[in-house]
Amino acid sequence: MNSSAFKDTLLLVVFATAILTMPIWLKPFGAAYPDLMQRFAIYGLFAIGFNILFGLTGYLSFGHAAFLGVGSYAAVWSFKLLTMNVLPAVFFGVIVAGFFAYLIGFISLRRSGIYFSILTLAFAQMCYNLAYSVLTPITNGETGLQLTLDDPRVLDAQAAAGSIPGTTLFGIPMTGITGFYFCAVVLIIGFFISMRIFNSPFGMMLKAIKSNQNRMSYTGFNTRPYLIWAFVISGMYAGLAGSLLAVTDPLAGAERMQWTASGEVVLMTILGGAGTLVGPFLGAGLIKYFENIFSSFNEQILHEAFAALPDGLENALVGLTSLFVGEGWHLTLGLLFMVIVIFLPGGIMEGVRRIGSLFTRSGSKAKSESSTAPEAR
Amino acid sequence: MDSILLQILNGLDKGGAYALIALGLTLTFGTLGVVNFAHGAIFMIGAFCAVTMNKLLTISKKVKDESITFFDAFKEQPYLEIWFGDTGAKIVEYSVPLSILLAVPVMILIGLAMERGLIRHFYKRAHADQILVTFGLAIIIQEIVRHYFGANPIPQAAPAIVAGSASIGEWFGLGPNLVYPWWRLIYLVFALVVLGSVFAFLQFTTFGMVVRAGMQDRETVGLLGINIQKRFTIVFAIAALVAGLAGVMYTPILPPDYHMGMDFLVLSFVVVVVGGMGSLGGAVAAGFLLGILQSFASMNEVKSILPGIDQIIIYLVAVVVLLVRPRGLMGRKGVMED
Repeated sequence: MNSSAFKDTLLLVVFATAILTMPIWLKPFGAAYPDLMQRFAIYGLFAIGFNILFGLTGYLSFGHAAFLGVGSYAAVWSFKLLTMNVLPAVFFGVIVAGFFAYLIGFISLRRSGIYFSILTLAFAQMCYNLAYSVLTPITNGETGLQLTLDDPRVLDAQAAAGSIPGTTLFGIPMTGITGFYFCAVVLIIGFFISMRIFNSPFGMMLKAIKSNQNRMSYTGFNTRPYLIWAFVISGMYAGLAGSLLAVTDPLAGAERMQWTASGEVVLMTILGGAGTLVGPFLGAGLIKYFENIFSSFNEQILHEAFAALPDGLENALVGLTSLFVGEGWHLTLGLLFMVIVIFLPGGIMEGVRRIGSLFTRSGSKAKSESSTAPEAR
Repeated sequence: MDSILLQILNGLDKGGAYALIALGLTLTFGTLGVVNFAHGAIFMIGAFCAVTMNKLLTISKKVKDESITFFDAFKEQPYLEIWFGDTGAKIVEYSVPLSILLAVPVMILIGLAMERGLIRHFYKRAHADQILVTFGLAIIIQEIVRHYFGANPIPQAAPAIVAGSASIGEWFGLGPNLVYPWWRLIYLVFALVVLGSVFAFLQFTTFGMVVRAGMQDRETVGLLGINIQKRFTIVFAIAALVAGLAGVMYTPILPPDYHMGMDFLVLSFVVVVVGGMGSLGGAVAAGFLLGILQSFASMNEVKSILPGIDQIIIYLVAVVVLLVRPRGLMGRKGVMED
């Protein structure tokens, strides 16, 4: 028991160090600018939260982006009405998203499997469509909810006229690198909580639901409260991520709630490895990194990259690769999606485990175990 | 009275599209046990078959425009017109119905290739994996289409003879206000014919009998020495064909663009779930029902009472149905219940 507690502390320390030193070790990859690192942290949180539902209980929600959007709206309203301090905004984002998650979860969790996926999808699409149409007074429709000059902000001292103040944490502006550190600290806290959930009796219960829900019911457990709580917690994580998005850029739009956004978080979790602790964060980081790198490429950069080759070959290669970069980034994403699901259902973490098992003596045994693991539904 | 009839008619053609897509989806559920998120993409490929056919028919050459005499003006004239004169022009005009000829082999081939190449390996995997891999495939198809056809919708014209509206009201003596576009009427009839022939195929042929038996109990059919796998592959191709044809004929109603598949997919999934997973009749009934409900909800009178209802009616109905009748309207016990 002690050794596992030690392992957890070690993991947490390593994780925290890795996150906080990101501005240093991401430099060689060309990703060490605050904007991108903020997104790593925020979508990492989103995926970690999604993993608590999908990774532990196996319930595949296709509507998690709705909570992200709700969190964003709540945070921006807190900026508009109360204060530019980020703490109340984050607090309201989490609480409101958690409340929404409770409502939706209460209904959706009455069904399981594909029905559950469709129900969550239906609710998310409802939120998305309403945000665009009837709820325009709250969501500002297609334009998106923005800060304006005549917002009341009752708790703040009147700022200089003619300028919209930025978000702050007790006076420290939340832009650039300080914004990243704020997100990073929240991410580490979120990671710690998720670790505690994984190791708690509650987490064990969720894993048991994933492996066999019927048997759980036969032994006399009522699984429903556990599922609802898992759903609410992961919804709160999504709300947290949404409010952080609003913290780094005080703007909330309905497109954040679209079901493609829900699909993206599923992909992040799968890519990293559903049901693992670090996997979802890795997946989120990788996807955001590649999205940023790939979509910025254009034909000119490609021509420079292949300049050493003979002209005919260069043009052919550029023609081929330009399909996958720039606007075609989604094509790469789709391919990645399929390759991961087909060949590596356990995601990156399973890949790491497989490679690791090549070097250990019990390699063959560990391999046979890991290859049967994904079969369990 | 007229406006109610009109809304029902409006709902029917949309419902026809939903029903056709949902039929394919539920066929794949029922036979292969596979959740196919790429089915919307297949619908879109069908629509782009019509676009391709139109492009092929109008391959043009620059010719001198004789009507302008002040300077040398050139216009594009399709080769078909140059070779065959008026007949050629007629062929170009009928490009949408003609593209069915192109769509049938293309869709069957795509269906067979998809089943053989991908879906087959996912029978035994969890439903979540099936959803994810077909979702990835849908993204890929969508991006390839966008790469070749661009991001803008490409309008397709129906033949001129059916471009106007049919005065349905006068046929039935209900007043002249009740008019309905010819093409939508054709689409409705077309949808009914396709639905009818699929049902007849499954009901009255030996092949269909085996497939229905396989939907009931796959293992026993296999034990009787019948190669159920081969037939299910063909069923998948049929599902692709039905969705593709639905796409081809829908192009004059909605100009196809690369994400129309995803839009229809989400709705068709809701339709399948409302109808009952694996139930063919349920899918068709729910398709028409939701189509009609949607067109009623977009009436101004309804919208003034319940603002925004037109946006969410389908999802709302889905939620209510799933909570009241968990297996959908006509769902059978034991299908997709794990």
